[in-house]
Amino acid sequence: MDNSGQLFPKLPLAEWIEAFVDFLTTYFSALFDTVSTVIEFVTENFVLLMELAPPIVLIILIALLAWWAVNWKLGLFALIGLGLINNLGYWPELVETISLVVISVLISMIIGIPIGIWMSQKGSVQAIITPILDFMQTMPAFVYLIPAVVFFSLGMVPGVVATIIFSMPPTVRLTNLGIRQVDQELIEASNAFGSSTGQRLTKVQIPLAMSTIMAGINQTIMLSLSMVVIASMVGAPGLGTVVYRAVTQVAIGPGFEGGLSLVILAMLLDRITQGANKN
Amino acid sequence: MSTIKVDKLTKIFGRRPKQAVKYLEENKSKDEILELTGMTVGVNQASFEVQDGEVFVIMGLSGSGKSTLVRMLNRLIEPTSGDVWLGDENITEMNKEQLRDMRRKKMSMVFQNFALLPHKTIQKNAEYGLEIQGIDKEERAKKASEALELVGLGGYMDKYPSELSGGMQQRVGLARALANDPEILLMDEAFSALDPLIRKDMQDELMDLQQSVHKTIIFITHDLNEALRIGDRIALMKDGSIVQVGTAEEILMEPANDYVERFVEDVDLAKVLTAGHVMKRAESISVDRGANVALRLMKDSGVSTIYVVDKKKKLLGYVTADEAAKAAKEDKGLSEVLISDIPTVQTDTLLADAFEPMADDKAPLSVVDEDGRLVGIVVRGSVIGALAGNDDVLNGNGGVGING
Ligand SMILES: Nc1ncnc2c1ncn2[C@@H]1O[C@H](COP(=O)(O)OP(=O)(O)O)[C@@H](O)[C@H]1O
Ligand SMILES: [Mg+2]
Repeated sequence: MDNSGQLFPKLPLAEWIEAFVDFLTTYFSALFDTVSTVIEFVTENFVLLMELAPPIVLIILIALLAWWAVNWKLGLFALIGLGLINNLGYWPELVETISLVVISVLISMIIGIPIGIWMSQKGSVQAIITPILDFMQTMPAFVYLIPAVVFFSLGMVPGVVATIIFSMPPTVRLTNLGIRQVDQELIEASNAFGSSTGQRLTKVQIPLAMSTIMAGINQTIMLSLSMVVIASMVGAPGLGTVVYRAVTQVAIGPGFEGGLSLVILAMLLDRITQGANKN
Repeated sequence: MSTIKVDKLTKIFGRRPKQAVKYLEENKSKDEILELTGMTVGVNQASFEVQDGEVFVIMGLSGSGKSTLVRMLNRLIEPTSGDVWLGDENITEMNKEQLRDMRRKKMSMVFQNFALLPHKTIQKNAEYGLEIQGIDKEERAKKASEALELVGLGGYMDKYPSELSGGMQQRVGLARALANDPEILLMDEAFSALDPLIRKDMQDELMDLQQSVHKTIIFITHDLNEALRIGDRIALMKDGSIVQVGTAEEILMEPANDYVERFVEDVDLAKVLTAGHVMKRAESISVDRGANVALRLMKDSGVSTIYVVDKKKKLLGYVTADEAAKAAKEDKGLSEVLISDIPTVQTDTLLADAFEPMADDKAPLSVVDEDGRLVGIVVRGSVIGALAGNDDVLNGNGGVGING
């Protein structure tokens, strides 16, 4: 870009970021390798585990879960929907996508819920973390692919990492919000009876914030599903790959099939988690 | 057991409370300080003592600082300055651990909107304080059910708070506080959220309960009638300061200033004062004495009615001067002429409840104790005087107290 006409020269922001990333890759490669190994190990085994059972068994199990968590209608929907995906020949991709989503969401919860709790306890922490969450959510999701690839190369792992960054904020936010929304008088009562911070959290604040926290997890699941196609661009396997390949080849038929499979999965996950929240 | 001593307790809400404290010491008012510094005076140098087993009421209009004051006692709100002594321990200087221990064992609180945990059963709610202390399951279940029995909720243990009426929920709140067996109960507008009839029941029940548990109770209310009904002593607050501390009668009859006077002027004295407050000594005579003696006594003391009692001072009735004169002439005994079918009241009967018996009979109303012994009479003049706010007619001790 030509900056000669400008009063101030262009800030070398891009260079700084690159230098920073270089610094991280040089000095923290051991850390990234470990993270990478762990995520890879977990996802691979999760996929293997799911592939252990024949599709029909898994379909029935999921249908039963949907029935138990919500109602028989959703159970029937699961039976038909998943049966259709299997029939179209996308069962292996479905399993990979479920693995990607489940692992990303679990890690988001493991990191996000404690951060949300921490935010709820201290105004200063909330003040620092809120803008970071805003940043994480508004930055176009594609941008996360770059550092994810730099640190974790290609495959499932960078997909999981990018998905986590993009989809974790609602869990953090709603955990914080849920805890802060607990009636002030209840907090006072808990303190007045001599609760420690931990007792107040586990006996009063978290149980009462539970449905809000669950709503956050539900949003995280939905966001991580929306990342599936983007994650496939860095080599994360699954239904996203089906769609992405169809886009690059302008193959409308397979594109529709892949998209429909994703929609079925999204509806199922959404209704099941919402149903579990109500119980 | 120990008394509570509050010494110059002050709370300023704002960023630089030191400055505001200085203004307070210069006797600047809450409004002036708000204007000068933008800070709110919550409580201004409150000092008072509460004795063991006393029901101490803190009363004032909304915003006068009652909640802030009571929350500084267990440090739900940190005082800006001043001390709270519990026996020889200074609560304001306790560290976190000591404070937690004090809250667990010595001071429990009951809240305006009950503050029950909606996700726990009544039983589990009542156990909360014990659970926090790490007391084992069996013992806390036992203590909590005892406390629930005490407040009359034995049969509701497995219900959830939302299934109970307001009055019942507050009983759970009370049971939860009592289950810890604390020395002190802090009750912040505990009955204010209840409708008036239930509120009155709860007041009565609290007083009954207090007869058996003997806690030191610090009770907050904005309702003067509630304060008068349940308080052994009352502290009146205005703009963060305590303007008067005294018994109900002291507050009513000797208001410390115009503010208190205005506060109490609407009180229905008939519902506060009792027969014990206004009764006088009765001229009485034993039934085995003659009519002539009775006549003589009446003449000497200038009354027209004399009360006849038996050997044990039990009231039998009265004799008027006319009747006594007739009896003396006809040589009859007092027992033959006395009027025995007369209305009586007790020392703790409210004046409001004494009007009707008083109207039934022209003679002064006789006041008897539980065994029917004559303790005094109530004449119309003193009742009217007392209701008009004339405290000369009142007895210092007020009989047995003024709770209805
Ligand atoms: N957390 C707070 N921050 C600022 N001002 C407060 C706070 N709590 C109470 N106040 C102010 O302190 C004063 C006393 O309040 P409070 O103790 O709640 O009164 P009461 O219980 O008698 O209604 C009021 O002027 C109120 O606005
Ligand atoms: Mg209040």
